[in-house]
Amino acid sequence: MAESPFKADIEKVQKEYGEKMTPGAIVYIPGSSVVNKTGGWRVFMPKFDKDKCIRCFMCYTLCPEPAIYLDEESYPVFDYDYCKGCGICANECPTKAIEMVRETK
Amino acid sequence: MPKKVISGNYAAAYATKHARVEVVAAYPITPQTSIIEKIAEFIANGEVENLEYVPVESEHSAMAACIGASATGARTFTATSAQGLALMHEMLHWAAGARLPVVMVDVNRAMAPPWSVWDDQTDSLAQRDTGWLQFYAENNQEVYDGVLMAFKIGEHEKVNLPVMIIESAFILSHTYDVVDMLEQEEVDEFLPPRKPLYSLTDFDNPFSIGALGTPADYYEFRYKIAKAMEEAKKIIKEVGKEFGEKFGRDYSQMIELYKTDDADIVFMGMGSLMGTVKEAVDILRSEGYKVGAAKVRWFRPFPREELYELAKSVQGIAVLDRNFSFGQEGILFNEAKGILYNTDAKPIMKNYIVGLGGRDLTVNDVRKIANNMKKIIEKGELDKEIDWYHLKR
Ligand code: SF4
Ligand code: SF4
Repeated sequence: MAESPFKADIEKVQKEYGEKMTPGAIVYIPGSSVVNKTGGWRVFMPKFDKDKCIRCFMCYTLCPEPAIYLDEESYPVFDYDYCKGCGICANECPTKAIEMVRETK
Repeated sequence: MPKKVISGNYAAAYATKHARVEVVAAYPITPQTSIIEKIAEFIANGEVENLEYVPVESEHSAMAACIGASATGARTFTATSAQGLALMHEMLHWAAGARLPVVMVDVNRAMAPPWSVWDDQTDSLAQRDTGWLQFYAENNQEVYDGVLMAFKIGEHEKVNLPVMIIESAFILSHTYDVVDMLEQEEVDEFLPPRKPLYSLTDFDNPFSIGALGTPADYYEFRYKIAKAMEEAKKIIKEVGKEFGEKFGRDYSQMIELYKTDDADIVFMGMGSLMGTVKEAVDILRSEGYKVGAAKVRWFRPFPREELYELAKSVQGIAVLDRNFSFGQEGILFNEAKGILYNTDAKPIMKNYIVGLGGRDLTVNDVRKIANNMKKIIEKGELDKEIDWYHLKR
């Protein structure tokens, strides 16, 4: 899987911000919501079948998180740190290349 | 110092002028209207510089505009009454949660229906859990002094919370009385420009407000506000003392005690009705009653320690509530009784529901209450706990 594009941001936030709580819940580091890994909310996870994918970018465009990036060949890559398992990508995929499966671990 | 004969509402307006308020957003409602009319007049006459007046379409919007303005670091003011205050309710939580020291004058007015424009404290007391400090003024002078102190206390780096200054409908808002105002230089020295916790105009250090607080964090943010409220007690006393030293009117006591030293019975209450009660105390004392008055100036934060010290030394406390919590009792009574429960101070306490919707409380009424309290203390038991004193039977 391609590395999360947020990696540098996460490190910066954790270093500068840590557990600090500002009065008024003011967030001084832009984009710091990346430390909140929403993947933990997921019950069903999208399972991707590359053979069926026609690279139409529907999933990439419609993922609300967004937790889908594109690799060098423009195939979708799923970032399970942030994918909430909403199932929109699977529902919209015209070739049924994405299937929602219950996570077991 | 310039003395003027003015209404409580004009006293509030002059205080905002002397405090060099930078943004006012307000919506008119009786009996608050003449506060914001006067402020508009200051602007029209060119008497104030750097004051942005934002006309809005509702009180909810007024408070929203105040929150935005205060988040830029501006000294911000608004005023309202009754239904208008109720409409602001959601935004009141916002101002406190975002730690913005907006100052508001609420002119206590009875909640409808039936429609009423007269004095009643239930509107402001219904906002007690929003995180606003609450100061109840007895007279026009206290409205003026209260607004000036409100900015200094609310903006203090250890507080950063909004403050409500509360005055009575008509009894203060529209009644003219002598107000001893300060010179502009005196106010400038007492109340320097605000040093905000954060400012939306600080473009070099961008930030977000209105963030999400997950179950992992929300709890701590609430604790921070609770701590700031507790800290505010110290700041209130400090600022009140400084005000007294500089200008001769001391506000270091959060509960003002009037002739309570040797009193057996103390009348406790808030706001303008305590003026009548103090007058009654003088008259009753000349008739041989050992009575005193305790005027709760600050309802939030509540001066628990001061109440305890008072309660230890008296036999009975008659709590006069110009408000009521349906299904329970008078709100000040409810709080005071609760605070004393875990202490060794156990005076007899009785709740008199008085003056709702502007009904007058007279010196004669206070005498009747004193007689009733005397009987209760002699017997050592209450006739009833909650007394709808004025009820037509
Ligand atoms: S399941 Fe929802 S959150 Fe996860 S990748 Fe698909 S669209 Fe995005
Ligand atoms: S929607 Fe389906 S076909 Fe289109 S890019 Fe995504 S996985 Fe491939």
